[in-house]
Amino acid sequence: MTISDERSTEVSGPVSGHPHNTRKLSWTQRPGLLSQNLLTAIVFGVIGYLIGHWFGNYLASGYSYIANSGQNSIANTLALAFGVVGWLGGIGALNYPFAKLFGVDGLEEESPVDNWSKYFRYSLDHKIVGLQYVVGVLLFMFTGGLLAMAIRTELLNPTTHIFSPDVYIKIVSEHGTIMMMMATSIIVGPLGNYFVPLMIGARRMAFPRIEALSFWIFTAGYMVIFSALPYGGFPTGWTGYAPLQTQAGPGMVSYLLGFAVIGLGMILAGFNQAVTIINYRAPGMTWSRVPVFVWSILATAALLTLATPVLFAGGLFGLLDKTVQTAFYVDEHGGSSYLWQNLFWFFGHPEVYIMALPGFGIAGELLPVFCRRPLFAYKVSAAGMIGVALLSFFVWQHHLFQSGINPDMRPLFMLTTELISIPTGFIYLVGMGTLYRAKIRFELPMLFVLALFFNFLIGGVTGVFLSDVPVNVTVHGGFFVLSHFHYTIMGGLLFAFMAGLYYWLPKMTGKMMNKKIGKVHFWLMFVFFNLTFFPMFIIGLLGQPRRVFTYATNLQGLNDFSSISAFILGFSFLVFFFNLVYSMWIKPEVAPANPWESLGLEWQTATPVPSYNFERIPVIMTEPYRYSEEGAPAFADFGPKDAPDSPTHTMA
Amino acid sequence: MTNKSTNSTGQVHHLRRMAVVWVIASIIGDILFSIFVAPHVPPGRLTETAAKDQTDFNILFEMALPVLFGVWIYLSYALYFWGDKRNSDVAFSGDAARSNMKTQVSWMVITSVTVLFLAGFGTWALVVDHGSGGGQGPNPAFTPSGSLKAETAALLGKATWSPGSKNILPVQVIGQQWKFTYRYPTFGGFESSQLYLPADTTIAFNVTSLDVIHSFWAYQLGVKADANPQVNDVAFTTTKDPGSFIVRCSELCGIWHGAMYNNGAVLSQSAFENWATTTEAANAANTALLPAFAWTYVPDANGAAGGYYPDGTLTPYSPSEVYGSKQPS
Ligand code: HEM
Ligand SMILES: [Cu+2]
Ligand SMILES: [Cu+2]
Repeated sequence: MTISDERSTEVSGPVSGHPHNTRKLSWTQRPGLLSQNLLTAIVFGVIGYLIGHWFGNYLASGYSYIANSGQNSIANTLALAFGVVGWLGGIGALNYPFAKLFGVDGLEEESPVDNWSKYFRYSLDHKIVGLQYVVGVLLFMFTGGLLAMAIRTELLNPTTHIFSPDVYIKIVSEHGTIMMMMATSIIVGPLGNYFVPLMIGARRMAFPRIEALSFWIFTAGYMVIFSALPYGGFPTGWTGYAPLQTQAGPGMVSYLLGFAVIGLGMILAGFNQAVTIINYRAPGMTWSRVPVFVWSILATAALLTLATPVLFAGGLFGLLDKTVQTAFYVDEHGGSSYLWQNLFWFFGHPEVYIMALPGFGIAGELLPVFCRRPLFAYKVSAAGMIGVALLSFFVWQHHLFQSGINPDMRPLFMLTTELISIPTGFIYLVGMGTLYRAKIRFELPMLFVLALFFNFLIGGVTGVFLSDVPVNVTVHGGFFVLSHFHYTIMGGLLFAFMAGLYYWLPKMTGKMMNKKIGKVHFWLMFVFFNLTFFPMFIIGLLGQPRRVFTYATNLQGLNDFSSISAFILGFSFLVFFFNLVYSMWIKPEVAPANPWESLGLEWQTATPVPSYNFERIPVIMTEPYRYSEEGAPAFADFGPKDAPDSPTHTMA
Repeated sequence: MTNKSTNSTGQVHHLRRMAVVWVIASIIGDILFSIFVAPHVPPGRLTETAAKDQTDFNILFEMALPVLFGVWIYLSYALYFWGDKRNSDVAFSGDAARSNMKTQVSWMVITSVTVLFLAGFGTWALVVDHGSGGGQGPNPAFTPSGSLKAETAALLGKATWSPGSKNILPVQVIGQQWKFTYRYPTFGGFESSQLYLPADTTIAFNVTSLDVIHSFWAYQLGVKADANPQVNDVAFTTTKDPGSFIVRCSELCGIWHGAMYNNGAVLSQSAFENWATTTEAANAANTALLPAFAWTYVPDANGAAGGYYPDGTLTPYSPSEVYGSKQPS
């Protein structure tokens, strides 16, 4: 796309983002008690839950299968579903659609509430949604982490048990599911929503209401999956295989509905990102000028929109099986437990790239900044991410090599899986090429990026082992694969998230993260991450299956080593949280306008970012990342400088 | 903007240094690995399948090591020499920094060739060489010769095996919450919670489940096959010398999944025959009460399964070449 005519008015015209008219305020934005905020969401959520529960019991209490089981899945499902709707209604996410439905026009939703309480409300500002996501994601990561500590505590000893086998397997399942749900949004949610519009020079996301809705659905999804615990948990692990799924108690409803709800949020978020990136780029931002991080979000968005519906449908099938006794997954009644395995992994493998690509994007975005040179092979990196996204739809049965599902297809899935390492390898080409003869600045975000390259390499290479069917026989279903995916998700995505936070929090909050504490955090996390998970490869090779509460006594040494490292790894997160509190509230240090001397668009506007982002829509003049190139034109032209609070944009 | 001359000389200089270190490290690493580690790599060499799986692992590892070393050496070099404090060169920029066709193309060629080689090798190992010991479902793609005959005979109650007979021995593995049991169709179809196998014999494991999905993982045998209700998941292995092994369930099957394991052993052929015939006799009264030997025991939508299938002995889950036409209508 070149500078288009249709945009020219926006470029030179006056700011049109914040008209202050005096129309009736929407309920979400009224000050004081007469408004909708987190509290009303909770109240409405609880009311919805109770109504749903009553209604479910009313509908179904006479059924004999329920009378005999002491459980009523219909009541549980309806309770949770109505609870979610209540939550969304309570926060105000449904006001606009309902107003439209009843022909009321012109609800004004621009935020007049400008105090801390705006973070506890339904907001159409992508920066507020981004910050809400940061808090949401961290909260749930913390919870999942606590469960991980519980797992490693149980595994300290093969014969002395802290938990009953029942509680243990439910802890493992809850840990895995929470972490996976969280990881789908960990970068797209907070950093994607906050920075994609800024990086493409837009004033907002394409669909601000959908954006806000996806955040509140995400939080609702977490509450649904949490509800599994009071319901007694679910015993299936995060993969939820039937017939165990069909056999499980009411906690299973939370899992199935939780994935359906989270899935809805993922679809909406992905759709919104894709439309925004395709249509809202500033004039002059051709596809070869789009920042790599934006490319990665675009590729992820494609996966979110195309893969997640399968999970959504799969979850609903499971719910129908559990409530109205359909037989999608029940072999005895003409269904098939293989169906779930196929549906789950058809979503599940793209899902693992949903949890990898944004990390690659952050790595590609940060490397040039801290190497002070252009990104090497920009086009290859974009091609790599697109290639990974495409191929990821053709590999799902590598999770089912030993399932007996289709032995003739194994060579094909072995091939496609190994092919995916070619575009993934592009990311290493780009990374290593960018380090070449660079002037590396060892700032905190850079350390995390380097750690990502180290960790993901191990995760990726062990992935090739897993994809080789003869080796898969030994490593499938054991601690080897467990370690493999922690290396990719935690070692890759989570390290990238940390890099992104250290890098962008100064922009989001105007405050620098403390460097010293940050270094302690980094080294503890990096060293003990590896010490926790590397032994798990060996534990797995030596024969320990996943999801077991007991293991061979000769493996206790390695397990204890891993557990103790895990506790220190857990502690490193406390260091991070401490740093966050310390740097944001206890001893805040004002961030310079552009602390990393980045050329990125997001650093070229004022901090805090005005609600309309840019005084004038910038015109992109050249490729990104032209660091240390004398005579290179400025990345963007912001028009005449005399506009009030127009940011200065010095280019290195 | 571009400074071609320093670029090209600089490149040769750096990369050559790294390459030397890399070649030496990779050779030493691979030699050390193959001497000290490779012989001990799981699943060991108790069966031919296990030994071949082990060899595959070792080949993969010997290829992976240079990849790991390559990246590690490059990263260490970069971090050491190109930190902003140490590296006093002019910052690298311009077109040469942005792309370099030679590097890009050779990277793509090398990774593609490696990957295609791995896929080809894996496919050869799986399809031609040994079938890997993995579960292959009711219609295995890789079959040792004579397996169809042996399996058919087993179903009809006509299977035979004796020391030195070289026959394939079918063994049925039945998973249920939370226990594996084993049926020996060759010996009257008795069911046992012990798994004994004869040495020097090809075994056809027929794995199924009575409830949820389990996975039969006979670790030292190099065998892993999911146990699905209504599915006969077949896996082959060929035992060598006597020795013991452990069986663990490796697919989550509920709360006692972790406790679902037992020990098994490969016995000498005569010891095995001795154990099998004794157990057959001792269990005869119980065996009479069991459902007739069949590939699966969970009724399907038509009420058909295993021995309950209307025509008495045959089931829709038998090898399709033989029984494919007898699907229930
Ligand atoms: C402090 C960090 C963490 C530790 C110590 C840890 C530890 C563990 C352990 C020991 C298990 C395995 C239990 C078993 O199968 O026997 C497990 C399972 C799992 N973990 Fe983590 N974990 C951590 C962080 C994460 C993160 C960040 C993610 C993803 C974003 C994650 C995702 C999973 C998943 C998906 C499972 C599989 C659950 C299942 O089997 O269904 N974990 N974790
Ligand atoms: Cu996968
Ligand atoms: Cu089991």
